[in-house]
Amino acid sequence: MIKVYRFEELDCANCAAKMEDAINKMPEVKHASINFMTQKLTLETDGEITTDLLKKIEKTCSKVERDCRLIF
Amino acid sequence: MTRKQKRNLFRIVLSAVLLVVAWVLPTDGLLRLLTFLIPYAVAGYDVVFSAIRNILLGQVFDENFLMSVATIGAFFIADYPEAVAVMVFYQVGELFQSIAVGKSRKSIAALMDIRPDYANVLRDGTVQTVTPEEIEIGEIIEIKPGEKIPLDAVITKGETTVNTSALTGESIPVPCRIGDSVISGSVNQNGLVYAKVTSTFGESTVSKILDLVENATSKKAKSENFITRFAKYYTPCVVFAALALAVLPPLILKQDFAPWVTRALTFLVVSCPCALVVSVPLSFFGGIGGASKHGVLIKGANYLETLAKAQTVVFDKTGTLTNGTFTVTEIHPKEMSESNLLEIAAAAERFSTHPIAISILKACGKETDKSRVTNIEERAGQGISAEIDGKSVFVGNAALMDAIGVEWDVCETVGTTVHIAVDGVYAGYILIADTVKSDAKTALEELKNMGVQKTVMLTGDSDTVGQAVAKELAIDEVYTQLMPDDKVRITEKLLAEQPEKAALAFVGDGINDAPVLARADIGIAMGALGSDAAIEAADVVLMDDKPSKLVRALHISRKTMRIVRENIVFALLVKAVVLIFSAFGLAGMWLAVFADVGVMVLAVCNAMRAMHYTK
Repeated sequence: MIKVYRFEELDCANCAAKMEDAINKMPEVKHASINFMTQKLTLETDGEITTDLLKKIEKTCSKVERDCRLIF
Repeated sequence: MTRKQKRNLFRIVLSAVLLVVAWVLPTDGLLRLLTFLIPYAVAGYDVVFSAIRNILLGQVFDENFLMSVATIGAFFIADYPEAVAVMVFYQVGELFQSIAVGKSRKSIAALMDIRPDYANVLRDGTVQTVTPEEIEIGEIIEIKPGEKIPLDAVITKGETTVNTSALTGESIPVPCRIGDSVISGSVNQNGLVYAKVTSTFGESTVSKILDLVENATSKKAKSENFITRFAKYYTPCVVFAALALAVLPPLILKQDFAPWVTRALTFLVVSCPCALVVSVPLSFFGGIGGASKHGVLIKGANYLETLAKAQTVVFDKTGTLTNGTFTVTEIHPKEMSESNLLEIAAAAERFSTHPIAISILKACGKETDKSRVTNIEERAGQGISAEIDGKSVFVGNAALMDAIGVEWDVCETVGTTVHIAVDGVYAGYILIADTVKSDAKTALEELKNMGVQKTVMLTGDSDTVGQAVAKELAIDEVYTQLMPDDKVRITEKLLAEQPEKAALAFVGDGINDAPVLARADIGIAMGALGSDAAIEAADVVLMDDKPSKLVRALHISRKTMRIVRENIVFALLVKAVVLIFSAFGLAGMWLAVFADVGVMVLAVCNAMRAMHYTK
C-alpha cells in the first residue's frame, strides 16, 4: 500500500536525501520518497504499513536530523 | 519565526556578547581558554552533541561533524576567537537558512491555497456551515458573493459571475446562470447563488488539482538526483583531501603542522553540500508553484525539466489549435442581403440537430415565427427542403442543388458550403468552418521566437482543411487524414528524427489522444478544467484551452531550469574557489563559512525567483 506521511522540523535538504536512502534500504519498504519542500514522505510497502515500521522509520530519521519527527 | 528559531536567535546574540567580553578580558593561559569556551558552548553545544551522537550512530560526515572538527581544531591551535566566531557565524547562517526555507515553503503553499475551508449547505430548511468533506452529492449549497466555490455544482437558483483565476490564471470573469456548472476552487464574484452539488469533495476539481500539485515535486528531476548523488561523494572527498592537506605537506616539505592544520580545517567547513542540495528542489518547487498560479499544472520536476528542452512541438488540430466547433465564417448572397440569406437558411434548419444547422441557427441568433415555415422535409445526405412564406426553399450541399437542377457557385475557401435555392433560383451560399483560436497564431510565432525548431500538426481532417490551417498558422509540417494509430506512428517517427538532447512535446485536448500523450517525451493536455481524463493522461495540464498558455509553460520551465543551473554553477564555483584559496592559505575560516551558509542563503533567494513569472 502507498501512504503519505508528514514530517515536522525537517530543516536540512541533505538530511532528507540521507533519510530517503536509509528508508529505501529497509526490507519492508518497497519504495520511499521524501519531498523536502512539502516535508512529506511517500511510503510504498507490499503489505500493511505497521506502527512498528513507522517507529523504525522515525528512529532512523532522528538519527540523521535530531529534531525531525514523523507524524502518524 | 518558530520557537526554535527564536531560541537560536537568542543563543546567537548571547554568545556574540560573551565572545566580545572574552575577547576584551585581559586573561591568558587556561583561563583564557575557559572564557572562550563559555560562548562556544552557548553557540555550539547542540552541534557538538549531534556530532558525537551521530558518530556513535555511524553517521559521519554530516555538517555537525564538520563544524565540530573545524572549531575544536581551531581551539587546539589556540585560535580561540576564530573558533567561537566561526561557530556563531555558522549558527547565524543556519538560522537564515531555516527562515528562508520556512518562508519559501509558506509562500509557495499560499500560492497554491485554493482549498475551500467551508461550505454553506441547506439542511432542514436552514443554512449550515460545514466542512466541504461532509457534503454529499445532490445537496444544495449556498454560495455568497466573494466566497470560494467549495464543490463542483450546478446552479439551481440565482445568477452571478465566477472568477476562475485561481485555477486558470485568467482573470476574465465567467457569467453563470441557472443550469450552468461551477467549478470548485473558483470564486463567486457578485451574486448569491444556490447550487446542487455534483461531486464529493474528494472527487472535486479542487481536490484533484491540489493533490496533483502537492505531489508534483515527488517525481524528481535528473538534476535533482544528480545533486544528491554528487553530495554523497563530495563530502567524503573533501574530508579526505583536508586530512591529506593537514598531514602530507608538512611531512614532505618538513614544515610546521599548525598552518596546514588551519588550512585543512577551513577545507572542512566548505565541504558541506547543503547549499546545492537545498536550492535545487526549491527552485523546482517554486517553478511548479508559480506555474500553477498561471493555470499550468506540471506533474513533476522531471516533466518541468523535459519541457524546458522541448525542440519539437506537435499539435493536434481540432480543439487544440482550432475551436473544434463549426461557425459561419462567410455569407455570399446572390441578390438579397447577408442577413436575409442567413435568416432563410435558419428558418429551414430550425428543427434540425445537425452540427451545421446548429451553427447556422447560432449565427442567425433570432427565432423565426413557426407559422411561416411549413412542409419541412429532410433529405438524407443532401440537406433540407421547406416552404417559407409560401416559397419553396432548398438548403443543402451541391448534390441537393444538382438534384433540383439549380446551378451553384464554387467556393474557393476551405470549409463546408451550404447552398440555398429559393423558388428554383440560386440564392447564394453560406460557408461554415472550424475557426482557428484567436491566440494560436501569436502563440506559434512566440514558440518559434523562443527557439523551438519544429512545429508539427496532426489531424484526422481532410488534406485541404489541414493544409489551410497549417498555412494560416505557419506550421512547419502537416500530416492529414490520420487515424488515431497513425498519430502514434508519426510521433514515433518524429521522436526518432530529433537530436539527442532535445525533447518532443505533444499538445492535445486529452480526449482521444491519450496514446500520443503517453508516447511523446512530454504530453500536454489543454482545456482540462473539468476533464478528468485529460488531467490523468498528461504530464503537463493547461487549465484552459488557450495555446498561449503553452508559451507561458515553456517560459516558466526554462526560467526554472536556468535558475537551477545558476545555483549549481554558483555554489560549485564559490566552493571550488574557496577550497583552492584555503589550500594555499589565502582564505580564512570566515570566508569558508560564507562559502557554506552564505552561498546557501543566496541560492535559496535565487531559487525563490522561480516562483514569480511575469511576462
